[in-house]
Amino acid sequence: MYFKLAWRNIWRAPRRTAVILIAVIIGVWSMAFLGALMRGISDQMVRNGIATLTGHIQIHHKGYRSDPVIENNMAKPSVIEKVMRDVLPADALWTSRVRVNAVASNARHSSGLTLVGIHPLSEARISFIGEAISQGRYLKPNDVLGIVIGKVLAEDFETELGKKLVLMSQDKDQEIASRAFRIVGIFTAEMEATEKRFAFVTISAAQEMLGLNKEISEISIKLSSYKEANTVAYGLRSALWSSDYEIHTWQELLPLVTAVLGMYDGFIFLWFLVVFIAMGFGIVNTTLMAVFERMREFGLLKALGMKPWWIVRQVLTESFFLLVIGIIIGNGIGLWTVSALSSNGIDLSSLAKGMEFVGMSHIIYPAFYAKDMITANLVVFVLGLLVSLYPAIKAARFTPLQAMTHT
Amino acid sequence: MYIVECKNITKTYQQGNVAVQAVRGISLLITKGSFVALAGPSGSGKTTILNIIGGLDSPDAGEVILDGNYLSKMNQSELANLRLHKVGFVFQAYNLIPVLSALENVEYVMLLQGVDTIERQDRAKAILDDVGLEGKYSRRPAELSGGQQQRVAVARALVSNPSIVLADEPTANLDSGTGLALLKIMKEMNEKRNVTFLFSTHDHMVMDHARRLIQIRDGQVADDQGEENTDAS
Repeated sequence: MYFKLAWRNIWRAPRRTAVILIAVIIGVWSMAFLGALMRGISDQMVRNGIATLTGHIQIHHKGYRSDPVIENNMAKPSVIEKVMRDVLPADALWTSRVRVNAVASNARHSSGLTLVGIHPLSEARISFIGEAISQGRYLKPNDVLGIVIGKVLAEDFETELGKKLVLMSQDKDQEIASRAFRIVGIFTAEMEATEKRFAFVTISAAQEMLGLNKEISEISIKLSSYKEANTVAYGLRSALWSSDYEIHTWQELLPLVTAVLGMYDGFIFLWFLVVFIAMGFGIVNTTLMAVFERMREFGLLKALGMKPWWIVRQVLTESFFLLVIGIIIGNGIGLWTVSALSSNGIDLSSLAKGMEFVGMSHIIYPAFYAKDMITANLVVFVLGLLVSLYPAIKAARFTPLQAMTHT
Repeated sequence: MYIVECKNITKTYQQGNVAVQAVRGISLLITKGSFVALAGPSGSGKTTILNIIGGLDSPDAGEVILDGNYLSKMNQSELANLRLHKVGFVFQAYNLIPVLSALENVEYVMLLQGVDTIERQDRAKAILDDVGLEGKYSRRPAELSGGQQQRVAVARALVSNPSIVLADEPTANLDSGTGLALLKIMKEMNEKRNVTFLFSTHDHMVMDHARRLIQIRDGQVADDQGEENTDAS
């Protein structure tokens, strides 16, 4: 009968109940939706960052990160490969690369870019390039003259498939090395900057051009989950005891993304707080109104022998119903909104340039995180009940006579 | 045996800067099973006496012993328990819970007492039948007349088998016919169940039906004719 009484009480003033329900629903919906939007953005930032030749972990020669010149290469990759075979989880993927700054030129244009020598097969399983070819074909392991460039670079250079592109860089002996490649494929990427910045050749072609033997610039490792990165990196650091190497996780390799992720976490928390404060005032106000309107009734119940705690429980039960209904509807609308938007995403192309700066895509796909949803619901539910305690205790503290003579 | 013993109770209220002495040294002995009316004009202190006896208010001085319990020695929780199990209240304004049906209003007290659902419903229906509300169990207060609502209030006061029912001007808002019918019901309950009834009233009809009439003036007992003196039924 407690529940029956509470349920009927909340519908005594349907308009007031509707107002507070709408406040809770909008609050929960906005928490769910904005949380999913933020997570969608940050997920894509991490995915883009990791897919754009970063991976979850990278191994370099000491000093390469601050000065990525050809001298800072790893001369004996086989030593590292042996350690990786021992330390990495069975499902981990890895590839090695030669990566140097170079100048690309054709008859009309020249531009600086990053020349990446890759193992076409293993690279395709780790980074975006395997699935990014929009024209022509991907590199073959025995391509010695083939090159894959980005669509924007091709447009800037006014070039196309089959045309030559000359690359120049400093070789191992600090001499200028140059080589003409033929464009075999054009790739597209999430971000224009990627299409401008990278040109891919086979690792053997790059090594030959730069006078390298088996030396490589970096090893990139992809794990089954980005969450394993720190643990695996710790294991690698312990096993690769040599001070010649540096091992970095994606958080260290993508400091801007990591900082933005931290900022988003803070933003989500702040948003939850702002929404809750606004909603909390609504709940307190409505519950206080409901309690004061029924003060004589509470007085009667106390006169009949109802203990103060039972009055607190009754008021809280009413808040419980309001919160549960609001949370269910808010979550429902939130889930519906997110699922409606998750197939096509939210197109923010007009902001593309600014978004690229922090590694965001043009199209945002909201992503539900159970953790965020549980947090949002718990915040609303627990804090909602807590703020309802104030009017509940106020009602309970009146003596029966005070309450019955309340006007 | 006395169900209520009031020993020299006094009560003063502060109204703004003025101290109003509502009860001035009243002593009363009420025997079990009696049907007593406290009569007097408005402001004479009747309601204050009822509130003090029912543990809703506390005297400034003096002692109230209700069914063997010294009220001054009890805390708020114990007083709430005492009201729940030993006292039934009927107020001037019918004071029912508007969202509950007649049956649920009567059941509610038993719910607070922890009585199980089936027994609650059986007892509530039986007492509603006794006060003439059979077939009106599911009506909400707004669907009942004033007299019917007050009958529900009487049923609620009696259903927990209290030692005493304190009724504060129960007929004040009723027309004379309805008031008389309610009074007869209460008297019948008094006789059938041996429940003590203590009224505050300035309604002559109630005074005529009381077996003992205590006149209150200015917070003092002006006249007490004792048991069986005024029974006109």
